[in-house]
Amino acid sequence: MPVFPKLQKADRGGDSVTNAPGQRSEPTSASDIARSLLARMTTPLLPDDYLHMVNPLWSARELRGKVLEVIPETGDTATLVIRPGWGWNIKYQPGQYVGIGVHIDGKWHWRSYSVSSTPDGSSRRQRDRQLTVTVKAMPEGFLSEHLVRGLDAGTIVRLALPQGEFVLPDPPPAKILFWTGGSGITPVMSMLRTLHRRDTMPDIVHIHSSPTMDSSIFREERIALAARHRGLHMIENFDDRHGILDAGRLNEVCPDWMSREAWVCGPAPMLAAAETHWAKARLAKKLHLERFSAVLGTSAEGGRITFAASGKAADADGATTLLEAGEAAGIQMPFGCRMGICHTCIVPLRKGMVKDLRNGTEYQENAGVQTCVTAAAGDCVLEI
Amino acid sequence: MAISDVATFAHLSDADVEALGREFDAIRQEIEESRGSSDAAYIARIIRIQRQLMVAGRLTLFASSFPPAWVAGTALLSAGKIIENMEIGHNVMHGQWDWMNDPEIHSGTWEWDNTCPADQWKHSHNFVHHTFTNVLEKDLDVGYGILRVTSDQKWHPANLGQPVYYALLALLFEWGVALHDLDIVAVRKREKDSSDLRRQLKGIWRKVRRQVGKDYLIFPLLTGPNFLSTLSANVTANLVRNLWSNLIIFCGHFPDGAEKFTEEELDDESKAEWYLRQLLGSANFEGSRFLHIMAGSLGYQIEHHLFPDLPSNRYPEIAERVRELCEKYDIPYTTGPLYRQYGQTLRTLMRLSLPTRSVTPELGSPRRRRPSSDELRRHIGPKAPQAAVA
Repeated sequence: MPVFPKLQKADRGGDSVTNAPGQRSEPTSASDIARSLLARMTTPLLPDDYLHMVNPLWSARELRGKVLEVIPETGDTATLVIRPGWGWNIKYQPGQYVGIGVHIDGKWHWRSYSVSSTPDGSSRRQRDRQLTVTVKAMPEGFLSEHLVRGLDAGTIVRLALPQGEFVLPDPPPAKILFWTGGSGITPVMSMLRTLHRRDTMPDIVHIHSSPTMDSSIFREERIALAARHRGLHMIENFDDRHGILDAGRLNEVCPDWMSREAWVCGPAPMLAAAETHWAKARLAKKLHLERFSAVLGTSAEGGRITFAASGKAADADGATTLLEAGEAAGIQMPFGCRMGICHTCIVPLRKGMVKDLRNGTEYQENAGVQTCVTAAAGDCVLEI
Repeated sequence: MAISDVATFAHLSDADVEALGREFDAIRQEIEESRGSSDAAYIARIIRIQRQLMVAGRLTLFASSFPPAWVAGTALLSAGKIIENMEIGHNVMHGQWDWMNDPEIHSGTWEWDNTCPADQWKHSHNFVHHTFTNVLEKDLDVGYGILRVTSDQKWHPANLGQPVYYALLALLFEWGVALHDLDIVAVRKREKDSSDLRRQLKGIWRKVRRQVGKDYLIFPLLTGPNFLSTLSANVTANLVRNLWSNLIIFCGHFPDGAEKFTEEELDDESKAEWYLRQLLGSANFEGSRFLHIMAGSLGYQIEHHLFPDLPSNRYPEIAERVRELCEKYDIPYTTGPLYRQYGQTLRTLMRLSLPTRSVTPELGSPRRRRPSSDELRRHIGPKAPQAAVA
């Protein structure tokens, strides 16, 4: 989910107007030619930098969206209905996730959430396009808490283009198993809605676990879908009533699971169990998993640093700066003062987490980090 | 020897120096932890105002053949360019707003309305100048390779032309800035790597083409029959910006009291000593909030050099605390009204065009005894009688 733009000098003021990460790249369209001409006038800024001051949605440089509605789903989940602004690619695939950036206390905070709406439901007309994400407030999740309980309709959020391999092919396979737990339902909900809309619902067994019946997200809609489509079999597991449904009970609830292509999304232990289970059965190829990135507050120190451009990697401890590690690995790292003041050494962090050695501040993916004063906190990937 | 050995700091023990360093660290930490929505609102507002000024200026100049419109448009454009370069561009490129995690206002992506490409600026300014501040032969801002700004630089007959060079530099300042990172001295000595030089020249050429294109071609053409008057307005706006930014920038390290250092003083320099060098090497000036914003907050040059990546709108409060620390530790804090700081700068430039040994008492020089408290007070600034300093 590239949010922090690639550090290209050509982005603004350079020779050509390169596309910001959120943009479509159809270089010959009339609007792009107009944009590039306008950019000659607004250089070193882009036309978008002026336009979004008139209407915040008029910018394709950084994708923006407007929150139209926040719909409570269960006690701790809510669905955000978002109208994307310019530059939004409507052709996301069911199951993909988007990055959402929210401005809180002067800072943009980014997280990825699975899209729960169906791409086919969107109107072709720009102003009617919508997408929804469904967010569960996590006890320690500062941002999710804010999204579920503190976000007002009308708020402008930043968006990153949809991404992810956890998608349903079109046409879908003849026999499918969806196995979801808790808020892991969201990408699968997008798939179910899409299959419903396209009227291509195959033979599906959908096992969904939730702690209680009340906390089961989209329950009414799923019941309605199952009633409507003969091929869709819904198996509900409420942990308080039926106990935890683990991989061992899979044979019992879905005896023919081995003949089905499976999409599994849920808490980390469930994913790990599924992975082993399918691997044991030598069916790993039939299994699709969606992993959400680790939660904040890692105690990890050091880790494997991968330098994306060259593919080189280095193992570093928690006291070695990214800059030192990179130089030792033979990477041409940008450097400056080596004391954290000049911001010359900034490199975008693509994955993982790093820590500022001066004050312990943690930086997550998509931040630009000062490599001379930060160290890996777990495995991470730098865009250099 | 280290910076703490220079006369001005001779009364400080090693423990004092380290304690002072910790006090500066504490200020930084406090400001970092309290950055929030009001700071973000500040920069957003400045950016909004600046873009409105630009739009208003460009639109007004469609009537540039009408003299009052020419004047108004030029003034709007000049103000817009000054704010963009000084309070926005310079500070954003320092990473003062990186904490907002906004790719649109970030040191990694910002490109400014100036012929100097951002990456070259960040190298010559953020890194070279801010790390090796005022160290002869290391900090290229000490004289920019063409001026003699301290008597420690050997006099050469070519220095006689200094008043002329300076006038030209002030008028063409953005072009000087554009070429600055090439390191003219190294180029002249043929020490510069030729592939580096080519790469940099290419970057400058790309940037110059776009800058010149919009100011001297596209916008004048758009105003049709007013081509020439719009062109002259745009040239004037760039000149005004050049003169103003040069004036402000030359008040940062050249007024009396802003010390120069030698490479030996860099040996084994600790973070605390680095702070001291920044403090002694920089000079503030006083003025209204408006003046400070138009000066890109460089009236707080001392605070800017201590904390180059803290948000500029916080410098006034930081300044109060830095001044208190300077009083507590009995160290100079150089400031004064803008006219006096610039006056001193001009006088120094004129004097040093001649083979003078020294212009002002060399406070930082280890050759000298520790200054008396009376001298220190004079050094500190605002109350000092003009004649005594000169």
